Amino acid sequence: MVALDIKDMEVIYQHPDSLLDINTHYCPGCTHGVAHRLVAEVIDEMGLAEKTIGVASVGCSVFAYNYFDFDFVQAPHGRAPAMATGVKRARPDRIVMTYQGDGDMISIGGGEIVAAAGRGENITVIFINNANYGMTGGQMAPTTLPGMKTTSSPKGRDVEQMGYPIRASELLATQEGASYIVRRSLHDPKNIRLTKKAIRLAFETQVRGLGFSMVELLSTCPTNWHMTPVNATKWLEEKMIPYYPLGDYKVHPTISELKV
Amino acid sequence: MTRELWKGNEAFAEAAIRAGLQAYFGYPITPQTEALEYMSSRMPELGRAFLQAESELGAINMVYGAACTGARVMTSTSSPGTSLMMEGLSYIAGTEVPIVLVDVVRGGPGLGNIAPSQGDYNQIVHGGGHGDYHPIVLAPASIQETVDIVYSMFDLAEKYRAIGIVMIDGSIGQMIEPAEMPPMLEVRKDIPDWAVRGGRGEERRVLSSIDLEPEDLERSNLRIMKRWQQVEKEVVRFKDYFMDDAKIAVIGNGSAWRVALSAVRTARAEGIPVGLLRPISLSPFPYKTIQEIAGQVDNILVVEMNSGMMLEDVLKAVQGKSHVEFYGRMGGIMPFPDEILGEIQRIAAGTPHSEIHPRDLWLERLESIVQ
Repeated sequence: MVALDIKDMEVIYQHPDSLLDINTHYCPGCTHGVAHRLVAEVIDEMGLAEKTIGVASVGCSVFAYNYFDFDFVQAPHGRAPAMATGVKRARPDRIVMTYQGDGDMISIGGGEIVAAAGRGENITVIFINNANYGMTGGQMAPTTLPGMKTTSSPKGRDVEQMGYPIRASELLATQEGASYIVRRSLHDPKNIRLTKKAIRLAFETQVRGLGFSMVELLSTCPTNWHMTPVNATKWLEEKMIPYYPLGDYKVHPTISELKV
Repeated sequence: MTRELWKGNEAFAEAAIRAGLQAYFGYPITPQTEALEYMSSRMPELGRAFLQAESELGAINMVYGAACTGARVMTSTSSPGTSLMMEGLSYIAGTEVPIVLVDVVRGGPGLGNIAPSQGDYNQIVHGGGHGDYHPIVLAPASIQETVDIVYSMFDLAEKYRAIGIVMIDGSIGQMIEPAEMPPMLEVRKDIPDWAVRGGRGEERRVLSSIDLEPEDLERSNLRIMKRWQQVEKEVVRFKDYFMDDAKIAVIGNGSAWRVALSAVRTARAEGIPVGLLRPISLSPFPYKTIQEIAGQVDNILVVEMNSGMMLEDVLKAVQGKSHVEFYGRMGGIMPFPDEILGEIQRIAAGTPHSEIHPRDLWLERLESIVQ
C-alpha cells in the first residue's frame, strides 16, 4: 500500500453538505438522486442552507426531507405551491423551494401551480417529469406520452380517449408572473451540467426577488418503464425530448445577463 | 374602550388582528366575504401578510405553510369552502400546528344557499377530515362573543397545538351589533421551538404528517389524543339560563339559541318552568352538564338550524334519562320565536313519550309547516 499525500491535492469532488450522507429509497437508475444532488450543490454554493425551507410533495419524492440537510415541510398532494406561498409570505426573507413530481404538480396540483406562477410567487419549483406516477406503481400521468403503456393505460395512452400530455413549462411560461421557466434533462453528463446551471439561476431568481421560477427536469423511471437504467436514459433522449423540447421558455432579463 | 357598531364578519377580522394575527389567507364566499375584504385593507396597512388565494384548497394550504413557520395565522370561509378545506385541516392536525378558522355557516348541501344555517355541525364538530383528531370548536351567539372568542382562540390553538374553529351561522356574520374591541397585542417576534425557519445539522427541523410505520403513527395518534383529553378537561364552555327550577330544558347554540331565548322568556312569563342551555364549546361538547340536566328535567327540547346534528350529541349525553324532542329548520331558514314557543307549550301540556326517534317525530311535524 502506498499512502497518498492528499494535503497538496485539490478537492474536485465531495459530498454536498446540504445532502445527508445516507442511502435513499430511490430505485437504481432513477434520476431523483441526481436532481437532489444538484439542488444540494447549488444550495451549498450559494450559502443558503441556513435560510432555506423546502416543501416536499406527494409521490416518490415524498421523503425528500430525509435527504436534504435543511428545514422541510411536507405538503398534501399537489398543494406544495400553496403551502410554499404560506411559508414565503410569513417569512419573506427565507428561500422556499418545492420539489414536485408530474402527477403532483400538473395533475392534482394544476390549479395551485398555475396560480403561484400567475402571482409571481417568489418561490423556486423543481419539477420532475418522468412521464408516470412512480410511487403508486407506474400509472398514467398528465405527462405520459401518446401511445405509452402504463398500468392504467395498458394498451398505450390513447389520446382520443385519454387526452394529450400537458407541457408544463410551455404552459407556465405564458404567465406574466413567471420569471424563470426552463426545461432540462438528466440523461447525460452534459445535460446534467446544464441542469445544475439552471437550478442555480432559478434560485438566483428567487434571491433577487424576481418572482416565480421553475426548472422542469426530464427524468427516468427505469422500474416503472420496465427498462434497464441505460435503456431508460436512451428512451428519455429518443422519446421524451422530442415531445418535451429542452430549452429556456422564459428568462427574466436580469437573469439572462447573469454569469454563474 | 368604547362600544361601537360592528358587522360580525368585520368584527372577528379586527379581533384576530388585535390578537396579533401575522398572516391571513382566504377566498371570497358569501356570507363570509366581508372578512376577506376587511383583511385585504387592514393587514397590509399594518405590514402583515394578506393574500387572496386561488381557492379554499389554496387558502388552507397557505395557512398550513405559514403555521409551520410558527406565525399566528387564520382563514375564514363558509360551508362549501369549509368542505374544500377538510383535506388541509387533516394535514394540519397530523402535523400538530396551530391555526384558527372561522366558518360562517350557510344552507346546504351542495351549493345550497347563502342564508344562515348550522348545517356544518357534523363536518366541523365531528371533524370531517380523515384520521384521528378533534378540532376545538366554539360557537358564539353575538358579535361581542364572536370578538372575544376569536381573540382568545389563537392562545387555545397554540396551547394545545390544535385547530381552533369558530363556527357562526351566517346571520352572526352578517348582522350588526354593538361590540367593544379588545386591546391590540404586539405581533410575536419569536419563533416557536418546533417551527421551520432555516437550519441545518442538529438545528434542522422537519414538519410532516406522514409516519409510514404504523407503530410510529400510533405514537403520534396517542400524543394527539392525550392532548385532546386535556382539552376535554379544560375547554368545555356553556351558559345556562333559568335552569334552577326548570322541568323543561331547551338546548341550542348560536342564532338558534337567540331565537330560543325569546321563546323561553315568553314561556316563563306564562308560568312554564322552562330553562335554556347554550353549549358554547361544541367540541369538546358539554356532555357532563347535559347528563346532569337530564337528571333534573322531564323534557329536553333541542333547537337547531339543521336536521338535528347536535341532537345526536345530546342524545348520547342523555342516555334515556330524560325525554328528548327536537325542533329545527333547514335550508337557511331561521325559526321564529313563536315556533319554538309552540314546541315548549306542546311539551308543557304533556306529550306522550314515544320510542320514535325525535328527528322522525319532528320531520312529521315539519312536513305540515313546510307544505
